[in-house]
Amino acid sequence: MMLSKGLKRKREEEQEKETLAVDTWWLDPSLPAAAQAPPPATSSSLFDLSVLKLHHSLRQSEPDLRHLVLVVNTLRRVQASMAPEATLPPVPRPSAAPCVADSLLASSDAALSASMASLLEDLSHIEGLSQAPQPLVDEGPPGRPAGGSPPSLGALDLLGPATGCLLDDELEGLFEDIDTSMYDSELWAPASEALKPGPEDGPGKEEALELDEAELDYLLDVLVGTQALERPPGPGR
Amino acid sequence: MHQPPPASFCSSSSSSGGSSCECARVGVRVSALAPAAAPCPAPRRLPRPRQPEPPSRGTSTLLPARLGPWCSPTGSPAPLSCETGCGEGSWILVCRLLVPTQVSLLSMEEDIDTRKINNSFLRDHSYATEADIISTVEFNHTGELLATGDKGGRVVIFQREQESKNQVHRRGEYNVYSTFQSHEPEFDYLKSLEIEEKINKIRWLPQQNAAYFLLSTNDKTVKLWKVSERDKRPEGYNLKDEEGRLRDPATITTLRVPVLRPMDLMVEATPRRVFANAHTYHINSISVNSDYETYMSADDLRINLWNFEITNQSFNIVDIKPANMEELTEVITAAEFHPHHCNSFVYSSSKGTIRLCDMRASALCDRHSKFFEEPEDPSNRSFFSEIISSISDVKFSHSGRYIMTRDYLTVKVWDLNMENRPIETYQVHDYLRSKLCSLYENDCIFDKFECVWNGSDSVIMTGSYNNFFRMFDRNTKRDVTLEASRENSKPRAILKPRKVCVGGKRRKDEISVDSLDFSKKILHTAWHPSENIIAVAATNNLYIFQDKVN
Repeated sequence: MMLSKGLKRKREEEQEKETLAVDTWWLDPSLPAAAQAPPPATSSSLFDLSVLKLHHSLRQSEPDLRHLVLVVNTLRRVQASMAPEATLPPVPRPSAAPCVADSLLASSDAALSASMASLLEDLSHIEGLSQAPQPLVDEGPPGRPAGGSPPSLGALDLLGPATGCLLDDELEGLFEDIDTSMYDSELWAPASEALKPGPEDGPGKEEALELDEAELDYLLDVLVGTQALERPPGPGR
Repeated sequence: MHQPPPASFCSSSSSSGGSSCECARVGVRVSALAPAAAPCPAPRRLPRPRQPEPPSRGTSTLLPARLGPWCSPTGSPAPLSCETGCGEGSWILVCRLLVPTQVSLLSMEEDIDTRKINNSFLRDHSYATEADIISTVEFNHTGELLATGDKGGRVVIFQREQESKNQVHRRGEYNVYSTFQSHEPEFDYLKSLEIEEKINKIRWLPQQNAAYFLLSTNDKTVKLWKVSERDKRPEGYNLKDEEGRLRDPATITTLRVPVLRPMDLMVEATPRRVFANAHTYHINSISVNSDYETYMSADDLRINLWNFEITNQSFNIVDIKPANMEELTEVITAAEFHPHHCNSFVYSSSKGTIRLCDMRASALCDRHSKFFEEPEDPSNRSFFSEIISSISDVKFSHSGRYIMTRDYLTVKVWDLNMENRPIETYQVHDYLRSKLCSLYENDCIFDKFECVWNGSDSVIMTGSYNNFFRMFDRNTKRDVTLEASRENSKPRAILKPRKVCVGGKRRKDEISVDSLDFSKKILHTAWHPSENIIAVAATNNLYIFQDKVN
């Protein structure tokens, strides 16, 4: 980037304005791909951004754990600051939002924490599969999600009021985004069968706008249950 | 494969006259580069190391770039002590070492005259592939060797040019010593994941015999490499002829004793140990213990202790993985052994905390002996407070009394005896504090900068954006910003301090915050253990600077 010439700031207020206004200095094509939106100054836009980042991170075949944890923690902070406001519409728009992100925003939390929980559980299960010569093999409990209502999934409680809903097409869109290659491999054959009913049942469940708690619990149980399978390390080790 | 004439550099006497001989010294794939067009009068004094086989990466060659005729000797060489600090001395570029790729080699073949190569293809790093991006830099314990690892899994070792009375000004130059492919990309079939071959860290072992040993690691596997020289070869075998073909025993009528004859120096690297399958998550640190028998490797959630002799077993000494992964809120970001106490080590976290652990207390060091954390400054609190507090590097001082940590905006020095706050805090690029939202958006806020001490623990150095790097003198409290870039550095020219303008009227030489190039980041730097020589990695360029004391 070239040095800017003739750029003079005469007054302090101009400088102040600059931080709030849309500044495009970071929209350099050489920079990593970023959302082409103006830098968000409000909590809700930061929330959107963090959700996008989280999904992008989850989409990786092997997400960077540090990046994931930092984004989740930031999302939690943002949500905590938004709690007093009614941020989540109780019923998502009936017409399927064209953008997955938008639909996720409307009812993001349950889906988000579900996918987040499932991914972190996958990570722990993967570790169970690939047991290396470690003296401490004690993995503790397979990590069933903290029981109770789907909105509160342990420390990843990203939800406020328990109004999170999983629209069926949103659920499908959610699974579309997630890289399911690890579910497609041979070892996961039973699991993939269990998962597929989710998206595939989508059209059938169109009448029901909500996935009730029991169904969400079932879904999570399926995810966690497959992770309890113990298998010896493969030949590749 | 033809060999070029012995690589040579012009001595100062010939270059000062104006006829610049731009010799290209070839490191590895000697056939690919054309030799210097004009014969050079003064041959190199160092024997030229030759590789036994080309690197498996194929086409890369190392080429120390000479950007112009060397200036004549300026006088007395830099003092050996490192007491000059960063403010009083000035820094000069010693050499810039570049790793071109096949693309650039092809373009070079069109342009045989090496004089034209000077600035043409080396002008910008867009020729380099991502595999050439340097990912770690480390001096060995004497400073004689400098190792770099890159994203392509290759390790390149540079050796210090030996001093000579005639060529005093060549002190501080490093040239290629050895190149080898340390890690290859792997595919984990179990998880359907590709394991990157990028070298995350290199750590040298102290030298105990004629050979050099180093540890190099990617995300999953640590390897111990032995780098040794061979300058003799046996000749006169009975059962083999000179080409190595077996001889018919019936034709042998006399016996002889093979003798060792001198040969051209050859540097060979062999993997001596492979420490694999002990890390589920990505290895971010390795650290050799002061007992020289053990070392540790740290990933996001665990730290393992290894014995150099045992590869099929490691001890887990730290495990912060929660039983329920949903409760995960913190990861390990860096770890290092105490330089003198073989029982102590520290590890840092993504929440800005440092824990000092004592292995004598228990086998599993989940409970720390000391816990270092600075309370959050309420005036600076924001949504990004945690991200910018995440520690990207932790380093013990050489004395073992202090630790230095690097988070996104600052470098902090902690006294091991005081846990509640650092004793010193240095602002690296505080002008970014108002840009955190944008930096979060483009992921720059997650960049992991490293930090280093100088040999006497009086100066600390770390990198920034726009190819800037910063030095802080702990005694004088002065700091300087320098730039590692081709446009602004001629060899032996003094680096000009840079300044970022944060607002108001921008002076002529200043650069405004909005003009900073965030794709040019200095993440990896190294400081010679006893002298004021530093190595700065900028993408695929390795800059070596030396202080210049008049």
